[in-house]
Amino acid sequence: MTVVSVGRPDGVLRAAGLAGLLALTLASLFVGVGALSPKTLFSDPEALRLMMVSRLPRTLAALLAGSALAIAGLVMQTLARNRFVEPATAGTAQSAALGILLVTVLWPEAPLGWKAAVASLAALAGTSVFLALVHKLPPTQPFLVPLFGIVYGSVVGAAATFAAWRLDLLQYLEIWTTGEFSGILRGRYELLWIAGALVALAWWTADRLTILSLGRDVGVGLGLNYAAVLRLGLVIVSAVTALTVVVVGIIPFVGLVAPNLISRFAGENLRHTLPWVAGTGAALVLSCDIIGRLIRFPYEIPVGTVLGVVGAALFLALLFVRRADG
Amino acid sequence: MIDISDVSLTLGGSLILDHVGLTLPKGGVTALVGPNGAGKSSLLSLIARLRPLQTGRITVDGLPVDTTPTRQLAKVMAILRQDPGVASRLRVAELVGFGRFPHNGGRLTAEDRRIVAETLEQFDLTGLASRFIDTLSGGQRQRALVAMTFCQGTDYILLDEPLNNLDMFHARELMRTLRVMADGHGKTVLVVLHDINHAAAYADRIVAMKDGRIAASGETAAIIRPDILEAVFGFPMRVETLAGRLTVLHHA
Repeated sequence: MTVVSVGRPDGVLRAAGLAGLLALTLASLFVGVGALSPKTLFSDPEALRLMMVSRLPRTLAALLAGSALAIAGLVMQTLARNRFVEPATAGTAQSAALGILLVTVLWPEAPLGWKAAVASLAALAGTSVFLALVHKLPPTQPFLVPLFGIVYGSVVGAAATFAAWRLDLLQYLEIWTTGEFSGILRGRYELLWIAGALVALAWWTADRLTILSLGRDVGVGLGLNYAAVLRLGLVIVSAVTALTVVVVGIIPFVGLVAPNLISRFAGENLRHTLPWVAGTGAALVLSCDIIGRLIRFPYEIPVGTVLGVVGAALFLALLFVRRADG
Repeated sequence: MIDISDVSLTLGGSLILDHVGLTLPKGGVTALVGPNGAGKSSLLSLIARLRPLQTGRITVDGLPVDTTPTRQLAKVMAILRQDPGVASRLRVAELVGFGRFPHNGGRLTAEDRRIVAETLEQFDLTGLASRFIDTLSGGQRQRALVAMTFCQGTDYILLDEPLNNLDMFHARELMRTLRVMADGHGKTVLVVLHDINHAAAYADRIVAMKDGRIAASGETAAIIRPDILEAVFGFPMRVETLAGRLTVLHHA
């Protein structure tokens, strides 16, 4: 029966996608200030060290953060039942930053893991409030949701800025609010594997998340434990966002562009589209990081800044290019 | 059997359902009719546990709807609410396939695929199977949603104004399908209808509601009477037998 498998992009596309991601990964491994080529890698022990301590961790961090942020966006859009929200703008990331700020003040010597835990809790609280308020908005006005998200995210962000200013921690806040990978070394990115595991968890529960997107009545009617799936989604969004903010900083637009791009072509049956969304996010962040390394070589431009430009352009293109299927 | 006893519902201070008691035997098509705001959709939501029960008791096939696990209920009873606002970009076949979720937890078995294909065929959707639902017309989308509800394969099927957006052909097809489900497969169908003549033509029983109460309930021929209809809907109408069918002339 082919009818029910039509949503699956075929094997050729899948192979092409993987090849593209692999090419970007290789490029990322060999692009940077320190000269590194596949030839010297095995002859020069210093080159191998550079690879293992810096390039490989940085590349893995970009892949993990990109895929996880794309999935966080996808799940958040499912929870809010609106295609135009993402954690980076709708308060989740700002709440996480506020949480790190608090833990930095109260427990300055806290290990990174604890900072991530507190940031996750703060993100969970901030996102719960956002969703509770969003569900009170009139469903006939879908554009109120992203607008409200931007206002809400700005208010939380402003609170964080004000607190940082009073506490003289503005330069620290800058680190968490501007996503960049230049500081990533071995031992400084491993928390992102948890974000990667959460992506796997999202895939595992993809059918439930898809049903969640059909709304509460349809979900309950189909026997979905609606509240439990909602909570699971909240945890995925909050933890992924908080982990990336702690390790890399806020990276905008990934959570918005990757799910919308894939939805346009392959729909929203998450079992089939989720790997594509994750791959698109990874490719987007990795290519923007490479661009940031090259554009004024040997200096670097933070990936958050590059994505601010590239992501905005992509998003506008998505809005204005007419849908191929009418 | 659907057993409703002493169910009241208050929303925002106003009484929506007022001590409703009703017993629907297993099997057959029951039409739920009544003017706007009579409480039909609210009653359906309570039966389908989409709303928490405030007072009283409802059982479906002996299962109390407020305490039975929702997944277990989903194998017994399917509900399609009026305008569920499904906005996801799913293909028709994928949407209909999710009707099998209570049985398979998400992974379609060969048997599920067969049921999905049959249901698509039954609702004239095979040609639209790979279309995204956000590219369909209102009537096509409505058919896809009804198909998903049927695909759940439950003994009890609750539909809230399923004829919305359907053209005459597909409205007739759907009502005939409901009859086949009841007659050929022993299903129990409870359907909210606005067109009294659809109720007169296809239902075994009619439950008429007004102001949050059951105004009348019984065999179709016992309800399709000018005095009862006037009491429920608030204006006089003629009832004639045309070509052997009870027909309500409410247009004049």
